[in-house]
Amino acid sequence: MLKDKDRIFQNLYNDLGSDISSSQKRGDWVNTKELTNKGRDWIINEIKDSQLRGRGGAGFPTGLKWSFAPKELGSRPHYLVINGDESEPGTCKDRDILRFEPHKLIEGCLIASYAVQAHVCYIYIRGEYFIDGQKLQAAIDEAYDKNLIGKNAAGTGWDLDIYIHYGAGAYICGEETALLESIEGKKGQPRLKPPFPALIGLYGCPTIINNVETIAVVPTILRRGGKWFASLGREKNTGTKIFCISGNVNNPCNVEEEMNIPLKELIEVHAGGVVGGWDNLQAVIPGGSSMPLIPKEKCETLTMDFDSLMAEKSGLGTAGVVVINKDQDIIKCMARIARFYKHESCGQCTPCREGSGWMWRMLERMAKGEASRDEIDMLGDVTNQIAGHTICAFGEGSSWPVQGLLRHFSKEIKSRNKFDPIIKKQKDIPYLVDQHLLDKNA
Amino acid sequence: MSLRRPAKNQPEKFEFSRSSLEAANQIISKYPKDKQQSAVMALLYIAQKQNDNWIPLAAMKYIAKILDMPYIKVYEVATFYTMYNLAPVGKYFVQVCTTTPCMIRGAYKLVEACKEKISENETELSSDKSCSWMEVECLGACVNAPMMQINDDYYEDLDKNKTLKILDKILSGETPKPGSYRGRINNEPENNRKTLMDLKNA
Repeated sequence: MLKDKDRIFQNLYNDLGSDISSSQKRGDWVNTKELTNKGRDWIINEIKDSQLRGRGGAGFPTGLKWSFAPKELGSRPHYLVINGDESEPGTCKDRDILRFEPHKLIEGCLIASYAVQAHVCYIYIRGEYFIDGQKLQAAIDEAYDKNLIGKNAAGTGWDLDIYIHYGAGAYICGEETALLESIEGKKGQPRLKPPFPALIGLYGCPTIINNVETIAVVPTILRRGGKWFASLGREKNTGTKIFCISGNVNNPCNVEEEMNIPLKELIEVHAGGVVGGWDNLQAVIPGGSSMPLIPKEKCETLTMDFDSLMAEKSGLGTAGVVVINKDQDIIKCMARIARFYKHESCGQCTPCREGSGWMWRMLERMAKGEASRDEIDMLGDVTNQIAGHTICAFGEGSSWPVQGLLRHFSKEIKSRNKFDPIIKKQKDIPYLVDQHLLDKNA
Repeated sequence: MSLRRPAKNQPEKFEFSRSSLEAANQIISKYPKDKQQSAVMALLYIAQKQNDNWIPLAAMKYIAKILDMPYIKVYEVATFYTMYNLAPVGKYFVQVCTTTPCMIRGAYKLVEACKEKISENETELSSDKSCSWMEVECLGACVNAPMMQINDDYYEDLDKNKTLKILDKILSGETPKPGSYRGRINNEPENNRKTLMDLKNA
């Protein structure tokens, strides 16, 4: 288990209070000026050395992303945008950072803004987190009062304004270009890439977009050194991560742990075990709803990091671990996730808009045992028609969980759905019957 | 995508109150010059708050004028984002999360409770017109499942009986205390904490 002194979010459970004086006691804001005085290149190199990968799901190296920002400030201003539109089912880590560690985030904003030469930073928070957003706003006001942000922020000589922008219940706005559209006051529909936001982003200006957790760990990395961060976890999957363990466990919780921690340890030690014991485990969704599930056999030895989960054809995503035990109907669980994606599709690309509804309806029928055998293959076909054929990664996100179900639980689906489509008499369901093959007089 | 339709009975006029207008101007000042369109989402929230939790079409036209943008663009935004209510929802708007992490911990028991206490169908006002309920997608409090949101507040770690009690309270006009209803502190593992022990109760 990770040592307490190596935990970045000391106030994850709000034992100490989130106001500025208690944050300063925890080490926030103590030597911000010295850190920025070392220069942009030093900051970016230190983040590169730490091998920090974005915590929002895709796991893109943060230092590399920052280095994409233009080196010289041209006629267009640069922007920093923080993505706090946390809506992935199974994930609730950013909420705790917003309400309990806001100063880590604000200080991270200042350092990142300095590194990418942005004078304005927008923090995009999902509309449902209104109360948590207000807590962050209170912290921003405190920081303004103490001159930690604003003109000559924290004595660094850099001017920075931070504003909160609330979303309004659209999952898709967690996609970075949709988020930019949303800040511009439009429908949140993703843009085509390229051009990438680092060159043409918010209002057509260079924009760097990072997840809340990514930015909040930056000050601690710089204080303790990229080497320290890189010494946790394993090569290319370094550092600590907040895991959210929900579902059928005895003590669902958020916990900060080292990358590459065994899944079993996460569930058994921190979350108090599976309801009904480890043998009652059916499957685990390792990284929020858009990552394919993993059946129990593989959970024994699985370790939680980007690359080892990729090897299992799943992904770490946002590290929202959803534990599903044998009391649950796995097809129903996935049908509900498919309904989520059907509801949240932005409607821009046809494969996703139509396909997400198809997948949902087919899975609902499969859960009831009303589907025919060949529909199982058809469902797999639909997922392949969606993934990779859309503007943004929502297409993959919606079809991967279904593909995961087909990969690991096709026996379960087959045993429940036994209809032969051309035999009418088994059950009189018109859409299961190839009508033209029926003998009308029979 | 979700199907969203504006209410049939629409008020003829809508205008911001003085305090709303002040708040609106403050929000517009957050965005660069000539980019006032960015404020449309926040202004819709203000309109929704002023108008008993829902946005009439007149408000969209009014906001379009303030921000100097086409009405259809405001309409697009208001109908795209699901948190804008296009029809009356009552003083207390109950949103029950039923996405998988909540579902497997019994979110549909909460839905039953809502059906018993508020109304048989989703988005249907209760008999005294004071509240309505709706199934929504993930609200981002999965480790506190099952949970629901009433207006801005989260009610966490619920079960059917606790939900019934909360709903009784709002039906009698009180606002119940938000947070966990199993007495747990934030997102810590109940009675099983293994980390940051020396800070506990510090």
